[in-house]
Amino acid sequence: MNVNGRPVRVDAGSSILDACRAGGVEIPTICHGPTMTPANACRVCVVEVEGSRALVPSCSRPAEEGMEINTDSDRVQMSRKVILELLGSATELDRSNASILTWLEKAGADTARFGPPEGPKTRHSPRPGHHDTVPIDNAASVHEPVKIEDDLYVRDYSRCILCYRCVDACGIEHQNTFAIAVAGRGFDARISTEFDVALPDSACVYCGNCITVCPTGALTGKVEFDMREEGSWDESAQEVTRTVCSYCGVGCNLDVHTQDGRIVKVDSPHDHDVTLGNLCIKGRFGWTYVQSGRND
Amino acid sequence: MFGAGGGTSSYQEIESTDLIVMWGSNAREAHPIFFHHVLKGLHRGAHMYAVDPRRTSSAQWADVWLGIDVGSDIALANAVAREIIDRGLENRDFIENATTGFDEYAASLDSYTVDRAEEITGVPAAAIRDLAIAYGNADTAQICWTLGITEHHNATDNVLALINLALLTGHVGRYGSGLVPVRGQNNVQGGGDMGALPNKLPGFQDVEDEESRANFEAAWGSQIPPRAGKHISQMHEAMDEGEIRALYIIGENPLQSEAESATMRRRLENLDFLVVQDIFPTATAELADVVLPAAGWGESDGTFTSSERRVQRVRRAIDPPGDAEDDIALLSRVARAMGVDWPTPSPEEAWDEMRMLSPLHRGMSYSRLQELGGIQWPCPDDQHPGELFLHGRLWERPIVGPPAPFHAVEWAAPVDTLTIEYPIRLTTGRRLDSYNTGVQSGRYESPRRIHGVLDLSPEDAASHGLQDGQTVRVTSRRGSIEAPVRTDRSLRPGLAFMAVHFPDDTDVNALTVDAWDPKSGTAEFKATAIRIEAIG
Amino acid sequence: MDIRLLLDKPTEEEKVAVDALLGPPESAWRGGDYEPLDGRVAYGGHAAREQRHLLLPALHAVQDAVGSISKGALGYVSERLMIPPAEAYGVATFYALFRTDRSGGRVVHLCDDFVCSGRGAGEIASALDEAGVRWEPSPCLGQCDRAPAALVHQPGDGYVSVAPADGSALGADPASDQPPPVIHQARTELRLLRRVGVVEPTSLEDYTGSGGYDVLRSAIEMGPDEVIGHLESSRLRGRGGAAFPIGAKWRGLRQAAGGGKFVIANGDESEPGTFKDRVLMEGDPFALVEAMTVYAYATGAEKGFVYLRGEYPLAERRILAAIAQAKRAGLLGDNVAGAGFSFDLELRRGAGAYICGEETALFASIEGHRGEPRQKPPFPTERGVFGMPTGVNNIETLLAALAVLELGGEAFSAIGTQESTGPKLFCVSGDVERPGVYEVPLGTELDELLKLSGAIEPMAVLMGGAAGSFVDEDQFGMPLSFEGARAAGTTLGSGAVVVFSSATDFSPVLRRIARFFRDESCGQCVPCRIGTVRQEEALARLDARSPLGTEADERRRLDDLATAMTDSSICGLGQTAASAIQSAIRLGLPGAPS
Repeated sequence: MNVNGRPVRVDAGSSILDACRAGGVEIPTICHGPTMTPANACRVCVVEVEGSRALVPSCSRPAEEGMEINTDSDRVQMSRKVILELLGSATELDRSNASILTWLEKAGADTARFGPPEGPKTRHSPRPGHHDTVPIDNAASVHEPVKIEDDLYVRDYSRCILCYRCVDACGIEHQNTFAIAVAGRGFDARISTEFDVALPDSACVYCGNCITVCPTGALTGKVEFDMREEGSWDESAQEVTRTVCSYCGVGCNLDVHTQDGRIVKVDSPHDHDVTLGNLCIKGRFGWTYVQSGRND
Repeated sequence: MFGAGGGTSSYQEIESTDLIVMWGSNAREAHPIFFHHVLKGLHRGAHMYAVDPRRTSSAQWADVWLGIDVGSDIALANAVAREIIDRGLENRDFIENATTGFDEYAASLDSYTVDRAEEITGVPAAAIRDLAIAYGNADTAQICWTLGITEHHNATDNVLALINLALLTGHVGRYGSGLVPVRGQNNVQGGGDMGALPNKLPGFQDVEDEESRANFEAAWGSQIPPRAGKHISQMHEAMDEGEIRALYIIGENPLQSEAESATMRRRLENLDFLVVQDIFPTATAELADVVLPAAGWGESDGTFTSSERRVQRVRRAIDPPGDAEDDIALLSRVARAMGVDWPTPSPEEAWDEMRMLSPLHRGMSYSRLQELGGIQWPCPDDQHPGELFLHGRLWERPIVGPPAPFHAVEWAAPVDTLTIEYPIRLTTGRRLDSYNTGVQSGRYESPRRIHGVLDLSPEDAASHGLQDGQTVRVTSRRGSIEAPVRTDRSLRPGLAFMAVHFPDDTDVNALTVDAWDPKSGTAEFKATAIRIEAIG
Repeated sequence: MDIRLLLDKPTEEEKVAVDALLGPPESAWRGGDYEPLDGRVAYGGHAAREQRHLLLPALHAVQDAVGSISKGALGYVSERLMIPPAEAYGVATFYALFRTDRSGGRVVHLCDDFVCSGRGAGEIASALDEAGVRWEPSPCLGQCDRAPAALVHQPGDGYVSVAPADGSALGADPASDQPPPVIHQARTELRLLRRVGVVEPTSLEDYTGSGGYDVLRSAIEMGPDEVIGHLESSRLRGRGGAAFPIGAKWRGLRQAAGGGKFVIANGDESEPGTFKDRVLMEGDPFALVEAMTVYAYATGAEKGFVYLRGEYPLAERRILAAIAQAKRAGLLGDNVAGAGFSFDLELRRGAGAYICGEETALFASIEGHRGEPRQKPPFPTERGVFGMPTGVNNIETLLAALAVLELGGEAFSAIGTQESTGPKLFCVSGDVERPGVYEVPLGTELDELLKLSGAIEPMAVLMGGAAGSFVDEDQFGMPLSFEGARAAGTTLGSGAVVVFSSATDFSPVLRRIARFFRDESCGQCVPCRIGTVRQEEALARLDARSPLGTEADERRRLDDLATAMTDSSICGLGQTAASAIQSAIRLGLPGAPS
């Protein structure tokens, strides 16, 4: 097949995204994660396929022999830019992963072009098919107060772009606990427990497998959140050490993040075949014993 | 099993097996990431049978849950075997070519009809038959177990009963079929690999084998006692008899983790000399004459071996606090203090010495472990990729090496019998967010934590007039503790459960029995007879 | 699976409602009382998890009985069907007819879409407010031929359509079944509509007496290949909007490998201004059942669904009755008509979601999920509902397929134009004297349809509903054919033809369309979820003469949104969400942004 006029060869079963990357062409992705079936929701990865009326999502469309792909046409650039603008107009993106931040800039996205976002408000129970009157002075946003309901998680849904990764990680792809789902519809859709009950009342088992796949910082561990709020979180000063969990005998690999000689976060490599980036509550949060009460 | 002390299979195999039998394992909570692989198998279409006294969160995923009485596993396994043979579902070719002792085994099953098994286990005969048919017919099948099988006075027989099922049907030695004991601690497999067993040298080489011993003696430049040492329960006996007078404990909290804690306290207090090397001042350390502060996880380098025999590197991420040093440094210093000229080797130097002596590990250099993300033993040379599963040799024709023996085993009831005075069966286990005696897991704030409680069926709570949260006195033949009650639908009337994580609040091992398996030395933590009385 | 429920318990009434659907619980582990055997064995696993598809029927059972879905009821449904409660909640909150806010009680869904709002919906709303009747606005209820329309739900009694509605009638007891629709054309001209209003729709005997089931009989004589051959030679194209050749569609399903195929009748007619399928389902339900049976026979499917929009209570009753009678007569089930094949047909009721007319969203809904579309390929013929090969046809298409087999493929193809064969139904409403369903050969000029229906000073016509586009009088001479519409830059779409007179201010019409898409967006993909909001906001600002920047900036914003939504949305909803608005701008209709 051809990508931007240059021939690329990939194995059967590869996606267009795989093909583009194999051809050295960068494509932005948000909802796509290496350990998950494409959710196909963010649409930022769309490309032009000759013969196809609409643009196609490169993450979930299988590559086919003879395809002519254009990743940089005016249409593609326009869609990519508008999609990023739309996301930025409704959502706080400043704690997003590097790829999102880079592409916002690269696409020339003007996230302010739809007006100043509405301030945070507590959402009421969802009424699918209905919405409040349309504000004239603001752009509707997803901003809502931060949810801090326990000592481990912080859920800051003002940053949520509804990429489904947390839902899929909690659900069918990995953890199979299904504590959260998308509730409501359309712009009012939110990640929610049943009846929006607090996380400790839900089925959540605090594995944190949602946190590790969140691309925008909507879900974080409490330690990281607190450090970010007080301004002491500094990824450039952090080291990551690969090791194995100290609890049961499954042998989950851990990436231990340290800053100033202290552990600040633990996660697991997404490319490790035992964990695929997943851990349980002990592995992800149970490390505090190492540095509590042992310094004397 | 069959000469190698490890599970036969890799986690990835359970994703493509046809039948999963979770027998005495609540992996959903105790081994959550292993259970992820199980779930992948289920979503792919595998069926699952769960054998467990409680309807645990693991059992809730099963197509069929068999709620057996605690300690009746052998009766169930033997009845399944008999049913398989009666229906002609055994693998004749495998039995004839790769096993010995089938006839005696088959004869020993004579009395284990499904009806008798129903009487012993409490599980309806129809469900036992279903399990037999499913296991007998499956193309590939895995039996997974943990402490529900091994914390019994007849632990070894329990395991043999399961191995017999695999031999009967040929569900071992092929990709997707196997016997999977999931290990409870990060490096309990590695400890065994390294010879931290009374009868083994590193690499499961027999200490009573001249040739093996000679290799080690040559490398180490010292004499190795030519006989097996004592396993943990024998050590307890030796302490009781005054034969053992001093103890050096590294990273264990036996005062709280061993059965009959009152007895254990007496044993430790009666020692002439107790050294505890730990990262915390544990309850056991408080009895010690000398406490050596050790570096903990995250503060030292080395390897762990996982339940799929995978050796993986562990690394130091932060400095140990204060004067704490890692175990190698402490052991070397103790040796030097005792007048031996030991240098302090780096973990890699110690590892390299070991792998020259252990053929199972020989090809596992640190650089290869790093490059491959871990290697599954056996890995005899530095070109070898490691083995996904063991005992493929049993499918060679003729087989390579000795055939696998059947072992006829008889069911024996738990030692601590139920009587009118002690009418409730108490069993023990782990909860998702906690670990062992809570030394580590007690130091983070879990929103899911259930502190020390006695779990009862709603019926037993009601018949004693108890509400959730009300404190009861729990009494066994050995001791008595107080605990708040929590009702739990996963328990049937007559069955109670306590987690092992909160010895400071509810010391379940004040109740448990120190009856132990003569072969493995494991105590019968899983079967205690108790009575309960409301307080106040 | 290990599901964890909230502590809230269901009421007896909620339990009874769910048990009436699912039967009594099989064990304590599935919501029943604890028996000693429950402590010894439990069956679950795959069999339990396969119950998921009953979620919508179970939620309907609760909603129908008590008027909303409580925590306890959701928990009970979750336990009975082994569905994690968060997932069940996600589904319950997707569909507009389900309430999770403990409201309960009688509620009037009052259509305020562009046809009804021009026909007095506003006055009814005021009257209901005065009478203290709880009501809420609804998108088009598919009753545009007798606007204004309402759908009344009385918990315990069910749903009733009331159209034309008036404030006093809604306050009192809801009227019973509607009278049959008025057909304004001479019966002799009609084929698809010929039984509607003439043959008793509740009687199988009357149906067979009017030629019903002749087609099935001849199909069985012909065999599947010849049946499909007729469809191919007829050049019939789908009537749901996509205009796919039906012979190829049936052939594709017939050739799909393996068993377990499904056929689905898409009765989720929700495109504003569209009501022809309702008229067919209410007026000729046995024809739908027969057509589905032929569809199954020709393609080798053994199971079929009629997916019906939740706002069509009369059609539901009629189809359920028809299925029951057909079963009793041996025309459904095992060994259909003694011909040695099996076909089981089941009705599934939607719950207020336009998106579920999109076939992959429809699959998700039948499976018990949120109605979120899926990426194609794979196409339904390969992987459809429950992952099995599936064929989906619109209701009118199925009845047209019957007509093909009545007439023969060649004869059918002689009707209409070369590219667009056969008769076609159009739903004419808005500023016309005789709103209703009209059956004309494809290729008939729009002008003629406007004359037939008595259009009142037409200035513009919205073709194909909210997802379609406006045409003005320059194009009134266009032939109503697929190619004619394409040449005129519009679409036949769903067959909606909404007439707007020269007195129309299009600003509220466009804002209603924008609101519709925002409300009906499933929320899955970004361009549609946020783009539809931004589109509505821009129109609101222009309406309030308070543009962000200049009016030209707003136009550019609307154009960019239109481009991104059209190019990058997952499904037809987002891809068409700007279509009508952009066409109004292009035509310079009064009140459209300029």
